[in-house]
Amino acid sequence: MTDIHRPEELIQIPHGLGPEDLKKLHYFLKLTQGFEDRLISLYKQGKIVGGVYTSRGNEAVAVGTAFALEARDVLCPMHRDLGAALVKGDPLRELMCQFLARGNSPTRGKDSNLHHGNRERNTLGMISHLGTMIPVTVGAALAEKMSGSGAVALTYIGDGGSSIGDFHEGLNFAAVQRLPFILVIENNQYAFSTPNHMQFVCERLADRALGYGIPGVQVDGTDVLAVYQATKKAVERGRRGEGPTLIETITMRLRGHSEADNFSYVPKELIEAWQAKEPVSRFENALLQRGVLKEADVQAIEERIAAELEDAAQFALDSPMADPEEAARGVFAP
Amino acid sequence: MSQVTYLEAIREGLSEEMERDPSVFLLGEDIGAYGGAFKVTAGFQERFGQQRVLDTPLAESAILGVAAGAALRGYRPVAEMQFSDFITSGFNQLVNFAAKTHYRYGEPVPMVVRCPTGGYIHGGPFHSQSTEAWFFHTPGLKLVAPSTPADAKGLMKAAIRDNNPVLYFEHKFLYRRAKGEVGGAEDVIEIGKSHTVRRGDAATIVTYGATVSLSVEAAEVVARDGSEVEVIDLRSLQPFDREAILESVQRTGRLLIVHEDTLTGGIGGEIAAVVSDQAFEYLDAPIRRVASLDTPVPFAPPMEEYFFPSAPKIEAALRELLAY
Repeated sequence: MTDIHRPEELIQIPHGLGPEDLKKLHYFLKLTQGFEDRLISLYKQGKIVGGVYTSRGNEAVAVGTAFALEARDVLCPMHRDLGAALVKGDPLRELMCQFLARGNSPTRGKDSNLHHGNRERNTLGMISHLGTMIPVTVGAALAEKMSGSGAVALTYIGDGGSSIGDFHEGLNFAAVQRLPFILVIENNQYAFSTPNHMQFVCERLADRALGYGIPGVQVDGTDVLAVYQATKKAVERGRRGEGPTLIETITMRLRGHSEADNFSYVPKELIEAWQAKEPVSRFENALLQRGVLKEADVQAIEERIAAELEDAAQFALDSPMADPEEAARGVFAP
Repeated sequence: MSQVTYLEAIREGLSEEMERDPSVFLLGEDIGAYGGAFKVTAGFQERFGQQRVLDTPLAESAILGVAAGAALRGYRPVAEMQFSDFITSGFNQLVNFAAKTHYRYGEPVPMVVRCPTGGYIHGGPFHSQSTEAWFFHTPGLKLVAPSTPADAKGLMKAAIRDNNPVLYFEHKFLYRRAKGEVGGAEDVIEIGKSHTVRRGDAATIVTYGATVSLSVEAAEVVARDGSEVEVIDLRSLQPFDREAILESVQRTGRLLIVHEDTLTGGIGGEIAAVVSDQAFEYLDAPIRRVASLDTPVPFAPPMEEYFFPSAPKIEAALRELLAY
């Protein structure tokens, strides 16, 4: 386990990132955390329709990967990638309406969570079936290759999702066609209640890349800059037309699968050990130690985020649900 | 106008649309260099290049998922399932992703899935199935099943130009057996419209695919005894032409539904429900169905013959219906 207070193990700042970039990364990590705090409290008040799946422990993966993309790149966030959706430009009000099933949400209340896509932001909307979005995002990568846009396409899968067939079919397809595709495994040790040793027996999921003839790298998923750097390299490889990359990020899910899950099946010591590497505070501490941020800056950012989230939550709470008749509309495109 | 086969009509539809619209591309197993298991796309790769006629790995879920992803990025992919039977390996991509995306967040998924379908070819349990009913039950998918070269071409054009996922069921038995004239580059056949292939007032047969010609054959035999039977070729299964069916049944008072798919849970059940709901008082006899047995498709020819609808089986059902 890394001790974040030991300077020699401080997060390495990749070449090309300036203080403003670091502050942005910090903002998006904090915003993710703050947004989910708000979701949890709304859930406890019974204001959320359906389940809440937080990204506790996965924030650095979501934010670090999306930060390595450009606006033209295609992104398909999964359910623990709120941070990626935020980096890609999903407005807070829109996201809050989506979780509260409002009529003005991106899905007009027809679907929940991060199940929405947006053509202008170059995002694809996930479905609940894990793995499905791998071939779909590979298809987006194929489209970008055909159009010569130079864009790459990136999506995520969990340790559990790596067991499903679409993982293989999608990655193999992308490899054969040398597509600008990046698959990020968020290995957070548990798939709902199933621990990794019940999911696979290989040592590193990144090694599966060998079977597809593509690079596979493993990075510390609690280190937003390491995630950023690995993704950046994969993006550049994709833009050069050299094909896909598999990135395995190692982290720990620090809450239940959903808010309905008390995760009593996870040993307490394991949670405590990983808490020391909690991604948001880890990065914040590193920035404080380096002097990129001062305590007063952190406080100001927290106040700004609180105000932004208050606005978004109030907007969503004040927004009406869709008319019931909306249920019958939109099955087919005109 | 010259006569072309059903297979050539599909080929014409595909190539004309690829000429017209650069966003149309094909993907599937063995479709490029080899020209497809049935040679529908023979010569396409030389003509349109490897990128637009993409040979893929053997992976139906990837093919369908990739098609959906490319469709969301502005392309109009036409994915080939080598046999419609194999579509099950990509079922989830169709029914959960492609079918539900527009409903969920308003983005169209314009893709066509070519499904070489059906039997009468001694293909056995895994190369002869009619798979349309699985998808008929899924809101968000359109289904077409042409029975003639003209419809094969015109519906291919409609399917490619449609902004939704369209499953195009092309019947393997008809590939080289059905011949006829076809329309020109802009003769697009509207999805959802049936074609009445035989007029009559004694009874109505509603059918589609390979059983259209068998139904006409049975109707011709019965006509020798003075009963003219109307035969409606649905052409589109989802949406299907409720108006034409109801109009015909209101005139004839008798309905026989014929499909090659197995009986239970087949599309015929839904048609029967619509007619009994909306034209009950016009019916002079119970609605009858002729379909395949509720078994897997058997391999040996005598069993296969026993399994599938045939002109004599349709004729027998028709005579019972007329005598009721």
